[in-house]
Amino acid sequence: MTLDELERLAAEERAAQRKTACWLHVCTAASCLSAGAAEVKQALEQELAERGMLNFCKVKGVGCMGLCSAGPLVAAQPEGFLYGRVTPDDAPDITRSLVEGRPLRRLAVPGDLPFFRRQFKIVLENAGRVDPERLEDYVAAGGYASLLKVLNEMTPQDVIREVTASGLRGRGGAGYPTGLKWSTVAKSQDREKYVVCNADEGDPGAFMDRAVLESDPHRVLEGMAIAAYATGARHGYIYVRAEYPLAVARLRAAIRQAERAGLLGNRIAGTPFSFHVEVRLGAGAFVCGEETALMASIEGRRGTPRPRPPYPAESGLWGHSTLINNVETLANVPVILREGGEWYARIGTPNSKGTKVFALAGRVLHTGLIEVPMGISLREIIFEIGGGVPEGRRFKAVQTGGPSGGCIPEEYLDTPVDYESLSALGSMMGSGGLIVMDDSTCMVDLARFFLEFSKGESCGKCVPCRVGTAHLYDLLDRILRGESDGAALAMLEELSDLLRHTSLCGLGQSAPNPVLSTLRHFRHEYEAHLEGRCVAGACRTGERR
Amino acid sequence: MTAPHAAPPGTDKRWKIVEAAMRRHGYRRDALIEALHSVQETFGYLDDDSLRFVASALRLPLSAVYGVATFYHFFTLKPPGRHTCVVCTGTACHIKGAPELLALLEREYGLKPGETTPGGELSLLTARCVGSCGLAPVVVFDRELAGKLSAEDLRRWLERRLAHDAR
Repeated sequence: MTLDELERLAAEERAAQRKTACWLHVCTAASCLSAGAAEVKQALEQELAERGMLNFCKVKGVGCMGLCSAGPLVAAQPEGFLYGRVTPDDAPDITRSLVEGRPLRRLAVPGDLPFFRRQFKIVLENAGRVDPERLEDYVAAGGYASLLKVLNEMTPQDVIREVTASGLRGRGGAGYPTGLKWSTVAKSQDREKYVVCNADEGDPGAFMDRAVLESDPHRVLEGMAIAAYATGARHGYIYVRAEYPLAVARLRAAIRQAERAGLLGNRIAGTPFSFHVEVRLGAGAFVCGEETALMASIEGRRGTPRPRPPYPAESGLWGHSTLINNVETLANVPVILREGGEWYARIGTPNSKGTKVFALAGRVLHTGLIEVPMGISLREIIFEIGGGVPEGRRFKAVQTGGPSGGCIPEEYLDTPVDYESLSALGSMMGSGGLIVMDDSTCMVDLARFFLEFSKGESCGKCVPCRVGTAHLYDLLDRILRGESDGAALAMLEELSDLLRHTSLCGLGQSAPNPVLSTLRHFRHEYEAHLEGRCVAGACRTGERR
Repeated sequence: MTAPHAAPPGTDKRWKIVEAAMRRHGYRRDALIEALHSVQETFGYLDDDSLRFVASALRLPLSAVYGVATFYHFFTLKPPGRHTCVVCTGTACHIKGAPELLALLEREYGLKPGETTPGGELSLLTARCVGSCGLAPVVVFDRELAGKLSAEDLRRWLERRLAHDAR
């Protein structure tokens, strides 16, 4: 498909969509589907057909609208009325309200909630608007225009310059500058190069990448193709968790559609550039999110990491130069090329540009998926966007960065969200899971929870991680069972320090973070447990036997 | 790529699905995990015969195949029960009550994670996170997901599901 053909397809699709005066968008991402969105969609379609309204109004399955806690969500467009907790029985009322042109108050979710107003959507701009199962819909929204612009008008160096200017940093959590990573791979003389999309979203409490893949899979493919052009790769892999069957199905369908349209495969858009993408399934190993372990897994082996250097840019898949980027990082790329790196760099803070997608969950009123500009404070995210802690309980801490991150207490809630500020607090940006805890959560129990996780997920290759995580877990378990004395805390600290400095990969190096951050900010809870009390009143085992 | 001579372990027609998956990847060794996925999807678990078959079809040592099959949590070498109940133990589910759900399953069915009831009726598994944190705590019963469950909700839900079977 050439640029002209793409523009024609976009215009045709838009014209066809304009013929329908009104659209009912039903969220068909995993969370709403599990709340019954498929039945709602079917009921709405049936109702419209029975009333003979299909000329006037159509139903469209779209990606994540964000407010998962109120699912299944339906939006009536063009007015933008949003309905939550919709059941199939609501179909007649919703269709009647369309005829009357008035919102249905009974189900309405206020559109002016801070949850919606405070967001800034780049990565998720199509989520909740575009049908993730139709290439045409993505194209009508301007999709693949960046790729064809890049192929026709820009050199690989131009592309890298634009991405570097944007200041984009890796959204997988570590925050390595994307432009720099791309230029390292581009400079490699290797004749065989690969682009890998890391969609092994293993942090518990994180579902950003899943939502992006389920809501807008073509966006990720477009970002990958642009990355391949810029770095000189001809093959790409998307490594996705097998636990995300819907994301896998939509990705595979999107690849087939893009190949058929000539937007992936050989000689894309009539240019000499060829790029092939394959999906590879993970199999439930957290460590495979680490890039060297991930590559071992793509090669069909046990997913154990190896020391770096050499970095993947030098020696990656099958020893070839490899670019590895996270889903969200790649999803930013088409917009950066469309709007320009300078535009992107104006959003966010001096060192952390652009936006970040977070999965907001735990003890907070509105849970779901949000995208906010970098630099926003945690307080704004939790109390304005998230609506605060429900059931009259008190906020205690927010956990960021999953098992590699830490807990941030109330006094630091005004910290701006950026890579450096969160690290300074002993936590990390991580991939974007934000879990809110109230006063009913015991922080020692939470630390044990994360160590139970890290202990089980340690691949066993290096001793500090294999043995150290098990010992940390045992120490915490003994504290919780009231079997420890004052020396336990010093041992926790010493062992944590050892793991951090001697483990082979990020899993072991960051596994102590949940312990260290809770020791730093909630030491009194540990001390209470040593005396046989649980501050949160959560641990029945808190009493000394 | 020459066609492998490995013959499937039985005459079960479902082996054709597994063979097709391996053929699609040109019997490449790096597609071992894909091959194991197709076995597990087709038969529910990986038994010794299937591991031997995949090893010889991909010309890999059995030890390497066994190593991969046991490394990844997603693969199981034991036959699952007629129904599986997966309790999500991600962070959001943990703080919203997943431990109580697990306690209930142990109390009512005598099941610890990874175990199957003696009659092979129900298997209990845990997941690190199924990514539906907005609905925490979450349980997946035979691919159907239910969220915001109390222990009492889960007890009634399972009772209904299993009673449906008994009829």
